[in-house]
Amino acid sequence: MTISDSPVHRGKTLAEKVWEDHLVVKGEDGTPDLIYIDLHLVHEVTSPQAFDGLRVAGRPVRRPDLTIATEDHNTPTAAIDKPIADLTSRTQIDTLRRNAKEFGIRLHSLGDVEQGIVHVVGPQLGLTMPGITVVCGDSHTSTHGAFGAMAFGIGTSEVEHVMATQTLPLKAFKTMAITVEGELRPGVTAKDIILAVIAKISTGGGQGYVLEYRGSAIRSLSMEGRMTICNMSIEAGARAGMVAPDEITFEYLKGRPHAPEGEDWDAAVEYWKTLRTDDDAVFDAEVFLDANELEPFVTWGTNPGQGVSLSQPVPDPSVIIDPNERAAAERALEYMALEAGTPMKDIAVDTVFIGSCTNSRIEDLRAAADIVRGRTKAENVRVMVVPGSARVRIEAEAEGLDKVFKDFGADWRFAGCSMCLGMNPDQLEPGERCASTSNRNFEGRQGKGGRTHLVSPLVAAATAVRGTLSSPWDLAIDDARLVDAGPSTGSGNAASVNGSVL
Amino acid sequence: MEKVSVITGVAVPLERSNIDTDQIIPAVFLKRVTKTGFDDALFYGWRQDPEFVLNKEPFKAGSVLVAGPDFGTGSSREHAVWALRDYGFKAVLSARFGDIFRGNSGKQGLLAAQVAEADIEKIWALIDAQPGLEVTVDLPAKTVTAGALTVPFEIDDYTRWRLLEGLDDIGLTLRDEARITEFEGRRESWRPKTLPVK
Repeated sequence: MTISDSPVHRGKTLAEKVWEDHLVVKGEDGTPDLIYIDLHLVHEVTSPQAFDGLRVAGRPVRRPDLTIATEDHNTPTAAIDKPIADLTSRTQIDTLRRNAKEFGIRLHSLGDVEQGIVHVVGPQLGLTMPGITVVCGDSHTSTHGAFGAMAFGIGTSEVEHVMATQTLPLKAFKTMAITVEGELRPGVTAKDIILAVIAKISTGGGQGYVLEYRGSAIRSLSMEGRMTICNMSIEAGARAGMVAPDEITFEYLKGRPHAPEGEDWDAAVEYWKTLRTDDDAVFDAEVFLDANELEPFVTWGTNPGQGVSLSQPVPDPSVIIDPNERAAAERALEYMALEAGTPMKDIAVDTVFIGSCTNSRIEDLRAAADIVRGRTKAENVRVMVVPGSARVRIEAEAEGLDKVFKDFGADWRFAGCSMCLGMNPDQLEPGERCASTSNRNFEGRQGKGGRTHLVSPLVAAATAVRGTLSSPWDLAIDDARLVDAGPSTGSGNAASVNGSVL
Repeated sequence: MEKVSVITGVAVPLERSNIDTDQIIPAVFLKRVTKTGFDDALFYGWRQDPEFVLNKEPFKAGSVLVAGPDFGTGSSREHAVWALRDYGFKAVLSARFGDIFRGNSGKQGLLAAQVAEADIEKIWALIDAQPGLEVTVDLPAKTVTAGALTVPFEIDDYTRWRLLEGLDDIGLTLRDEARITEFEGRRESWRPKTLPVK
């Protein structure tokens, strides 16, 4: 945050307030601030070299009581009672287990009831709360900003730094307001908001900024929806995304295992209510988005900024003015095996993946289940549903969602990062095309040669039904045709049918 | 960390934008528990193509990467920096860097030099005219010299100072340990604790 040197008083943004409350040492003459870290989340991939560094230097973990580890990236999502087949994966998991024991870190291992994706586990335990700083050696740590926390991903050197000192030397971020006003139409979700935001400001637009999501459309979102949005802040280049806490936040937190209790709860809520951007605060940049206009959104390329409304065709690179962007679009279409002008809805997929730290929470699974309930998946489409945590899996099974997905023809898995990142057994084959609720459509991200279209859980579910990229609006049109049993105009005017969906 | 000052080496043009860290090193190589030996994993997907720049002479022995804008976006994996370093790269020039990648570079002695996009294109043209061209990245002067062309680059003063001095971040921070302890003494009791397990 640029702390103004101007003598004129101005209010503070949410991000500035949280930052200032964590200042251990204020930087001078170009040196960074030293910021205290309230919560350090750890997983198996980015921690082994950090623990090694501590060992070499003879340093302990300063605050094991502010640190928690889980196994997620490497872990299989089937047959989890068997030893991990991949030896290097098993070694990395074993290394975390040894390190956690040696340094006194709480660890939730595969098979444990609290195991799961690190960004699902923190909030569900009530460890993630407003006004705290959260870091993890994972760029999607931005997820936790949904609570009004300052949360961001760090590299392994910084992981070691936090372990040793519980602080990080950091230059203040700039602030950007992303204001989303209006009401989402049925079938349009938080995922569509954030995909549209990234398409608007591009993958580099957020560099150096912390984004604050505001406006009526954000306020009306559940915590799950807010987490989906903050999760993908990094895909716009931003380190962090935040939403000011409100009653929805407090309601989500209250009663969770590590949420404050009694007097602590009252004191916390009193403070949390001050965590909003002052009316006279000034952002370094502002972006506006109209929620009323938003349609289901989908990516066509190989970075998350290359997206369009599902009703649009694959864009034509030749009309892009910036030569770098044009070249990137041409390469992306080649990699994705797509031709400009093809309607997005004509694109057939081989796999549908519902999961990842972006969209694997109970609300995501409920929404997808509501679409597929009583239907059968499209032939030749593989459908994987991977809950974000063991708890989410248990909760879903208690509601019978596992049965809904299995009856539909989907594969119901154990918790983990799964097919988001091509690191565990869940991967795409070369050339395979996937509608995925995850966060990155980079070349080879879901497996070497795999082709990814980023979508919401609703679009993923509708796509699994129809076999081509689809939204619930298309299912409503299909249903209407069945009922009419007459010749269809096939106009596909989504707006005219959206009221009948969901 | 070794001190960084003036780097001279063969420039490697990488004429693409948005090179994310998944391209720099795919996730499958992140299973290792060591901090070295990642040279074979660098740009693994692209290196399968014989026409990829690092598969061609004289670029194989390059040590200064000249890349398109938005280099190092995406995943926080510091392995991307280790892979570049292990391959032999000492500096990366780009008009824009992913924030986390830039930070990771500074911790590992890889110089991430921010060069204006128009200047990157001029350097590409010079390399094109003379493949194998050596460039000099001068950290004290904050300049890049390629043949007769000298252009400025940006890097924040603190990172520049740490690189020039070869300083260890943790050691620097622990000089303020008393202030960390003092801060901890006034933290509110509602703040989260992972232990004891509830």
